[in-house]
Amino acid sequence: MSLDVAAQASLGDFRLDASFISDSRVTAIFGPSGSGKTSVLNVIAGLLRPERGRAVVDGAVLMDSAAGIFVPAYRRRVGYVFQESRLFPNLSVKSNLLYGRFFARQDDRYALIDEVVDLLDLSSLLHRGIQALSGGERQRVAIGRALLASPRLLLLDEPLASLDEKRKQEVMPFLERLRDQAHVPIVYVSHVLAEIERLSGTVVTMAAGRVVAVT
Amino acid sequence: MFSLTQEEITAIKLSLRVAIVATAVSLPIGVLIALLLARGRFWGRSLLNALVLVPLVLPPVVTGYLLLVAFGRNGLLGRWFEEHLGIVFAFRWTGAALACAIMGFPLMVRAIRLSIEAVDRKLEQAASTLGASSLWVFATVTLPLIAPGLLAGAILAFARAMGEFGATITFVSNIPGETQTLPTLIYTFTQVPGGDPAALRLTVISLALSLAAILASEALAERIRGKLDAK
Repeated sequence: MSLDVAAQASLGDFRLDASFISDSRVTAIFGPSGSGKTSVLNVIAGLLRPERGRAVVDGAVLMDSAAGIFVPAYRRRVGYVFQESRLFPNLSVKSNLLYGRFFARQDDRYALIDEVVDLLDLSSLLHRGIQALSGGERQRVAIGRALLASPRLLLLDEPLASLDEKRKQEVMPFLERLRDQAHVPIVYVSHVLAEIERLSGTVVTMAAGRVVAVT
Repeated sequence: MFSLTQEEITAIKLSLRVAIVATAVSLPIGVLIALLLARGRFWGRSLLNALVLVPLVLPPVVTGYLLLVAFGRNGLLGRWFEEHLGIVFAFRWTGAALACAIMGFPLMVRAIRLSIEAVDRKLEQAASTLGASSLWVFATVTLPLIAPGLLAGAILAFARAMGEFGATITFVSNIPGETQTLPTLIYTFTQVPGGDPAALRLTVISLALSLAAILASEALAERIRGKLDAK
């Protein structure tokens, strides 16, 4: 696994100028809120087009401003779990889970439905509506939905931030299982050091739009 | 008093046909314009918005007269439609449908536009990271979320079409069996001695149809608001 990211962008008053290289299975991006962590994820996912920059995952060039390459988000195969789960309210849990799988090419599909359902313990939720889920359950479904799209890289943007302490403890073990059992490299964003330490891997520390340390 | 004459049944049927065709044809165009107005950033957006809304405030007779000038047999657009598509509007029921479509268009576009603006674009972003191209995002996320707005807009436009009078009578006149709709027939009855019972009868029907449409549309709008609050 190798991840090479560089991005320069002006977002209103905020200036993003960050670059790092990581070859760990888990890369954590750590820093206070407003330090540009989510912007970096958006650059990798293709939701933010920086003025200059580069995003290369395992040799696949997703974006390279110097070469004029910008692969649109829907063709990047980068799974994204957002802070707020962003599940589709008009679909059931099951349809949400299968949404990305539908668009994945046959050859690219490595994630098996049963495995993902087991991994995230989703079987009891499958036929429920989104409205009937707790915050923690929503995040698990969102992780499953991203995984089932068979991404080459999984981005997790503070997946625990919108949950209370009890729910955090409930979801954390699933993140560890995800790290150990899902065959996908992970970029994990958080402003909580304890979470980062639990997941380990390369830690990219950001402040004010810049990378200040890679450890 | 509630047995309808053949003349009245013909007018009601024609009104329904005109309203259905007007609504069905303008719906896809309405979605497109609403999308442009809600999300487009282009020069002339406010002008487009004003053009869409202007039939709401223009005297209907003016709209009808403009239609007559443009879509009459000698009008520029009227001639184009006749030559290329074989559609004649002047003094035909198709003309009544056109007049109704234009008069109902502002209501339709407004309802759809509001529902588009209420869509959480973050959901669309999520869909794109899951592999959906813009067209797929629209079909699988945006469209289902704006469906109540679409329906509300269509119902309003349908109701407006059922009630359209001024532009219709100016553009295509009041020809029994061809362009004589429910409102223009009521008008005819009010102009002849002894026409009151018939006019009243049709008025009750008209009132019932309009009330039902408004109620349905408001109920749908309520549902959209409910959905927004749930977020």
